[in-house]
Order: sequence, then C-alpha cells, then structure tokens
Amino acid sequence: MLDYHALAPDLIIAGTVLAVLGADLFLPQERKWWSAVIGIFGLTLALIPIFTLAVDDSSLRSMFGGSYVIDDFALVLKTFFIITGYVVLLMSVSYIESDRYYQGEYYFLVLASLLGGMVMASSRDLITLFVGLELVSGPAFLLAGWRKGDAKSNEAALKFFIIGVLSAAILLYGMSLVYGMTGGLTFEEIRAGSVTVSDEPVFVLGILLVLVGFGFKMSAVPFHFWAPDTYEGAPTPVTAYLSVGSKAAGFVGVLLVSYLAFAESPEIWGPALWILAVLSMVVGNLVALRQENLVRLLAYSSIAHAGFMLVPFAAASLLDSGDLEKAFAATLSYILIYGMMNLGAFAVIIAGARRVGSGQLRDWAGLGSYAPGLGVLLTLFFFSLAGIPPLAGWFAKFVMFQAVLQDANGWTVALAAIAAVNAVIALYYYAKVVKGVWMDPVPDSVNPKGVPGRVAPSLGLALGILAFGVILAGVYPSVIAEFTEAASFLAGG
Amino acid sequence: MEWFDNGWGLSLVVFLPLVGALALLAVPKDEEDTAKWVALLTASASLFFAIVAAFRFDYGDAGTFQLGTVKEWIPAIGSNFEIGIDGISLPLLVLSTAIVVLSIVYSWDHWPEPHNPKGFLILILFLATGMAGTFVALDLVLFFVMFELVLLPMYFMIGIWGDKTKMKLPGFNHEVETRLYASIKFFLFTLFGSAFMLLGFLALNFRGGTFSIPELTALGANGAFTGTFAFLVFGALFLGFAVKVPMWPFHTWLPDAHTAAPTVGSVLLAAILLKLGSYGFIRISIPILPNEARDWAPAIAILAVIAIIYGSLACLAQKDMKRLIAFSSVGHMGFVMLGIATLTPVGITAAVIGMVAHGVITGMLFFLAGSMQHRYHTREMARLGGNLKLMPVLGGIFGFTAMASLGLPGLAGFWGEFMALLGSYEPLAGLSLGVFRTAMVVGAIGTVLTAGYLLWMLQRVNLGEPSEEWANHEFHDADRFELVAWVPMLVSILAIGIYPKIITGPANDAVKAMIETAF
Repeated sequence: MLDYHALAPDLIIAGTVLAVLGADLFLPQERKWWSAVIGIFGLTLALIPIFTLAVDDSSLRSMFGGSYVIDDFALVLKTFFIITGYVVLLMSVSYIESDRYYQGEYYFLVLASLLGGMVMASSRDLITLFVGLELVSGPAFLLAGWRKGDAKSNEAALKFFIIGVLSAAILLYGMSLVYGMTGGLTFEEIRAGSVTVSDEPVFVLGILLVLVGFGFKMSAVPFHFWAPDTYEGAPTPVTAYLSVGSKAAGFVGVLLVSYLAFAESPEIWGPALWILAVLSMVVGNLVALRQENLVRLLAYSSIAHAGFMLVPFAAASLLDSGDLEKAFAATLSYILIYGMMNLGAFAVIIAGARRVGSGQLRDWAGLGSYAPGLGVLLTLFFFSLAGIPPLAGWFAKFVMFQAVLQDANGWTVALAAIAAVNAVIALYYYAKVVKGVWMDPVPDSVNPKGVPGRVAPSLGLALGILAFGVILAGVYPSVIAEFTEAASFLAGG
Repeated sequence: MEWFDNGWGLSLVVFLPLVGALALLAVPKDEEDTAKWVALLTASASLFFAIVAAFRFDYGDAGTFQLGTVKEWIPAIGSNFEIGIDGISLPLLVLSTAIVVLSIVYSWDHWPEPHNPKGFLILILFLATGMAGTFVALDLVLFFVMFELVLLPMYFMIGIWGDKTKMKLPGFNHEVETRLYASIKFFLFTLFGSAFMLLGFLALNFRGGTFSIPELTALGANGAFTGTFAFLVFGALFLGFAVKVPMWPFHTWLPDAHTAAPTVGSVLLAAILLKLGSYGFIRISIPILPNEARDWAPAIAILAVIAIIYGSLACLAQKDMKRLIAFSSVGHMGFVMLGIATLTPVGITAAVIGMVAHGVITGMLFFLAGSMQHRYHTREMARLGGNLKLMPVLGGIFGFTAMASLGLPGLAGFWGEFMALLGSYEPLAGLSLGVFRTAMVVGAIGTVLTAGYLLWMLQRVNLGEPSEEWANHEFHDADRFELVAWVPMLVSILAIGIYPKIITGPANDAVKAMIETAF
C-alpha cells in the first residue's frame, strides 16, 4: 500500500497539469486565462497535504526503498516551488494573454516544470533525481522559445536546449561512473560504497562530472554562458521562472548529492565548488557592471548570486570542526530569499516594460517621477538583491558569511573576503538602476503620458506578495530561518 | 512607568519615526501640510520619549545598561532584540532625536529642489530610526541592521536633492552632476567598510558564542579574544568604523557627500552619521578587544593627528564655504579619535563630549551655510563678504557658531579638544608616551590652524563691507522657522560650554566603568 498522504502534493500537481491540458481543449479563446485559475487552484490544493504532513509527528516518510522521501527538507522545497509557481502564474496571466496563443499549453508547461522541482525535492536516488531534473528542464526549453516570431526567443530556446542536453549527458555520464564505482543508486548506498573508493580517479571524475552537470543548471561560471542570451530572449515571466525555479532545482540537486551521496568525500567537491563560487561571484558581478539591458543585468546578477549560494558549500568542506548543518541551512536560506527578491525584480521589469516600452536601462530613467509606486518596488527588490538591511537580502548574505566563518582558516577567510568585496561591487550596478529611476531625467524617447498606467491586477498581486515577503523576511528573518534550520538536519547525518 | 523602563520607552524612541514614515506613505502627495505635521509629531514624540528616558535614567549607575530589554528576534542565528542605554549612548540618543526634530522644523519652509516634501520627510524619518537604533542596539546583528539602515535614505537624499552642478570626474573626460557622484561614492565607501565590519561581528560570534555586546564585553575583558584572530577582527571592525568616522585616509567620501547633500542632509550627516563610527569604536571595538585596542592605539592616534592637520590645511585651501565646513569635520573628528586612542577615561569622555559638541556646532554651521546659499545663490567665499551688515542676525549667529567650532573656551567646542589633548598627555599605562605626547603637540598646533581657517572664513564671509554685487540687494534675515530650529542648538552650545557636566557627568562614569572592566 502506497503512502498516498505523502505522495498527495505531487499527485495533486500532476492532476492539475492534466486538468489544465484537458481544460484547454474546451475553453474558448477569450477564456483561456481560466487555465491559470485552475493552476492556481491546484497549487493551493497541494499546499493542504504539505501542511498536514508538516504538522504530522512522524516527520520522515520513506517510500520505494528509500528512493523517495518526505522530510522537512522536501516539504520546505515543495512549498518553495509551489509559491514560485503561484507568483510565476500571476506574473504570466497578463503577459501571455497579450500574445494570444497557446495559453493553455503555457500553463501546462510551467506546472509540469514545477512538478519536476517537487519530485527532485523528495528524490533520494540518482535516477529519481535525474528524472526530476529533466522534468524541470524539458518544459523550460519550450517555454524559452514561446515567442515564436521573435528570433531572439528562438535563439534563447535553441541555446538553452543544446546546453541543457549537453549538461544532462555529462550529468548522466558522471552518475553512471558513480554507480559503477559504488554499486549503489540511492544516496545512502552511494555514501556507504564510497568509503572504499574515495581515492579512485574514476570516482573523483564521476563526482566532478555530476557537479559540472549541475553547474549548467545553476548557471555557475564557467558553465553560465547560455544564461544571459536565454534570459534575454525568453519571455520575461519565463526568465523569472528560469532564474529562480530552474536554478533552485540545480541547487537542490547539488545540495542532495554533496551532503548526502558524497558526504564522505567533501575534499573532492569542496575545492571544486570553491573555485566555482569565486569565479561565479567575480565574473558575474564584473560583467554585470557593464550591462545596459535590465534583463541581462539580472542574468549576470543571478550568476553572481549562484556564486554566493555556493560559498557555504565550498566552506563546508574546508571546515575542520564547523558544522555542516549551518552551511546547508545557509545555502537553503539564500535560495529561498533569492527566489523572492529575484522574482520581485522580474515582476517589476514586466510591469515597467509595459510602461516604458523597453528593457534598456537608459529608457527607464526617471521612472520614479511618473510611476512612483513601481519606482519604490524596484528600489525595494534591487536593494534587497544588493543585501542592504532591513530588506531580506541582508539575511541571505549574513547566513552565508556566518557559514563561512564558523571555523576560520586561510581558505575560508579568503573566500569570505572575496565575497565581501563582491557584495560591494554588486551594489554598484543595483544602485545604478535605482539611480536612473529616481535621479535621472526622463529621456525624450519615452512618453510617460502615452501608455496606460495601471499594472494588471494579477501582476500587482504578485508584486504585493513579494514585496511583503521581502520586508517581512528582512525585519523578522526567523520566518525563513525556522524552516531552513529544520530542513538542515539532512546535512547532519 | 514600569513599561517604559522595560524597553518600551527606548523602542518608542526608535520606532516612532518609522511609524511616521509608514503613515506618510498613505498621505497624498499634494497634502503637504498633513505630511509635515505627521512627520513633526512623530519625530517630536520620539524626542519626548528620549527626554523622558533621560529623566528615568539612573545617573548613579551610568556605567550599566538601563531602560533596556532582551527579546528573542532571530533564534536561528542566536541574535536577540537587545537594547539599552548607558551614560555614553544617552547624550547621543538625545542629540540624534533632537537634531531630527530641528531638521524638520527648518525644512518647513526651505524645501530643496525637486519639490517633494513627502518623500524628503519619509527619508528623514527612516534616518531617525536608523540613528537612534544604532545608539540603543546592544546586539551586534541589530547594531549592523540599524547601522546600515541609514545608508539608503542618505543615498537618496544626496542623489535626488543634492547639488546639481556639473563636475568633472577625476580620471574621466565626461561630466556628471555632483549629486550623482557624491551619493554613490558615499554608498560604496560605507558599504565597503560595513561588509568587513559584518565579517568581524561574525567572527566574534563564533569565538564568543553570542551577539550580545554586554556578554562579549565581559568575555573580552577576560581575555577571550587574542592573537591573530583578534588582530583580524579588530582590523575588520576598524575598516567599518573608520570609513564612517571618517578617519584619514578613508575620508575622501566626506567632502563630496557633505558638499553635495541638501542642507538637512549635510546637517544629519555631520551631526549624527559620523558619530555612528566613533560610537562603534567606543561601544564595540575597545571594550570587546581591549588588548588589540592597546596595540592599535598609537596607530589610531597617528592617523587622528594626521586628520587634524590635514583637515585644517585642506580647509585653508577651500573656496567653497560648505566644503570648508565639511573638511573641518575631518579635523574635528580627528580630535574625537585622538581622545578615543588614549584609552583613558579623560580621553574617551572627551570623545563623547566632542561628538555631541561637533554634532551641534557643525550641524549648526551647515544650517547656516544652507541658509546663506539660499539667499546668495552661491557658496563661493570670494564673492561673499559683509554678511554681518547685510543680515545682522544670521551673521551674528554665524560668528558665534564659528567661535564655538574653533574651540573658544566657554562654548561647547572647547571641551572636546582640550580634554583630548589632556588625555594624550597621560595615555593608558603601557602606551608609548612619545607617540601620544607628540600627538598632543601636533594636535595643539592643529587647534591653532583650526582657529586660523575659521577666522579666515569669518573674515571673508562675515566681516568687511558687502561687495558691489550684494551692496544694494535686499536680504531677508533669519526667518521664524530658522530661528525656531537654531535657538535650541545655540542654547545647547552655550550650555555645554558653560556646564559640560551635563554630558561628561554620565559619560565619565560609564567610560570609567568600561575602562576598568577592559584594562
């Protein structure tokens, strides 16, 4: 007898995916947005079993021979993916409706991709993890090419697809090596089997290839080059989803394999991730300085943020006596907070681009003078990304530094110092956007009176939820920390 | 009044302005009077509670933290909402809340361009919460958040309402508006410092196991932090605080920011924001890392006297009145840091009274510079002259304040400089007498230079006959809003000058207790 209670969230989303696809057949063209309503309803419904599972005492439910579990980590991430889904759907409604085609399929694909993330959160073996990851990526390839008439959108989808397939191949090859060396598929078996082979070059190669595979998903330097083009070409709500949901899926994968499967050999993945972290922060931030397009700017900023999220991993392996749970919780907190503020930044860009008519930084100058509400929201999200208290971003940076410095040695101190300098560099380009919005005159090319002023209600709701979250998590970070602390037990075993 | 003593009083002082700012968001933009009254009332209520706190404060026990509380805030990282004041923070808390009220009064009729009182007031109130919060915070994380909270409002204040004249960037060919350059420079410098300060705080947390300043102080006094670790931590904190003070050679953001900021922005920057840095040294660096403080003290003293001399000489080279006053801050904060570096009760008490005095006096000077610019539409001293004849009241106040700034005995500025020099004659046992006595002599020369540039400024701006440009021009002298804002400041300059014990009394007990525990 299957534990249907434990599977309920995923099953509900799977049902919703099918319902959206089916409903699309019968909905008339002007009512296609009902698909989004069905999606939102399904997401809400899925939260109910998550809640009942969370309050249930027997917190660990293991299924299919330990391949699929429900624990605090899985619940926190499932909730994160569902909320990301909510916001992305809200952001999409007005945007997709204006294009007038394949709306039903759009929502189907977004929800299917989300389901992949939820599966990953529960997966505890390599195959389930891989299936989950591909379920995240597959629909995302299609979503990136949504604007069929637009050459840039086609380029985005093609680049994303080729890189995605390449990374999947590398990942699978790495996984097969790991399986071959350890003889196990579940993380527990791999961990047990890795003790004897941890010095074998093939095993080391396997680990590194797995990391490279996930590196593409996380868009960490040097596996990042697809991200800016794809982000720029894809429809903006899709970009928001890619930069948060898809990236988070990559991090879920790395968190699981590093802390569970490869827990016995941090000396292999630690230094590799140290390098990835430093490169991502430095390259992402420096290139972002020169960006003139807002979406590209956020693309590079999200690369830099991937670096910040990797910092605790890198430190974890170098700690002599520090505790891994802190590092784990730090990365997880960072992902959750980053998700909120990055979605917020994209939501502002969607709303603002309607108003301004372009995504070029120079055209956004003076936005604050004719759309003060949007200006305030933009300031909120961008300075949160920069990590300025009392906005949520400060706490993400704070726990990251805390995780690095819990046991100081030369490598961790150097990493912390590099991260600190990068936090300052990042401020410059975030502040550049804010400066343009509030302090520069409106350019002649933009006519503030010529465009409709109101933000679509669904988009407004998304902005409201995210702004509230960013302020709440900044002033009272326990709303995030409580959950990530509970979820970080994974790293303790 | 038990609720007041249990931390609610201080919380009201800190958060009432924030409530005011949020309320202002709901006020329509064109209802300016409502906005002004909301801001004034919440800021005044904050000041009122700060004064009540001053009366509830037990001066017999000024060395311990009072009127505070500890509430759980972020248990996951072990940080609490821990607040409280002692004899050192009390004067600064009252100062900061008072300056905010006076700034709002002054602004009543003097809005900088672009005209947007609502936005401007919201920023002032945010600043008020950040400043008061820093002075009451007894938890490193809370301190950090409050310390950073002042960044954004000040950035916007300079960037939106600042000086719009074009300037050429050093090393670049194109021109930008001064406000844009100054605001981002201010932001980047401060954030650079505070990023390292945060690393220092975290390191202390890992070694000490807590973020609570009183607990860390007790640990520090027992020698819990030593060796390379302590050296690195002190260095990280030093970066954070020294940029904020600012100490030479981290001062270069200051002249730009002060000059470019709108009048009220300059006042708040000079009067309060700089104090956050020196307060950080007194509250955190020295008591928690006393041994490192002792090692670093000669270096700090040397940097402080360089700042004194450099600041004074730079003042003598200025053509712009506001920039001169800005550079004078570098010198005056040099005296504050010299006092701190002596690590003696005299020296650190000198620093506290120097901070308060500098806050009132330089704040006042910036008010005056702003009002004069408002009338003359220039700050160039060569074009001014005979101000005393054109505007007797304003000119008289200007003369009085400049006298206070140069350290005339009987006015507030005297005590900080005098006691700092006195302290460096006899620094803490074990510190190099040679360095500190040289510093004393150089500092004394600095007081002469200070007198020199301030008198020179007075001579060019205030005295003599009005130039032809202004001779037949009708000026309106100080108006009622200006006078309401200024008279309390002038009175306190006089009061502190004649009876410094209102500051040194509580501060000295607290400093003595701190030095005794630490060394």
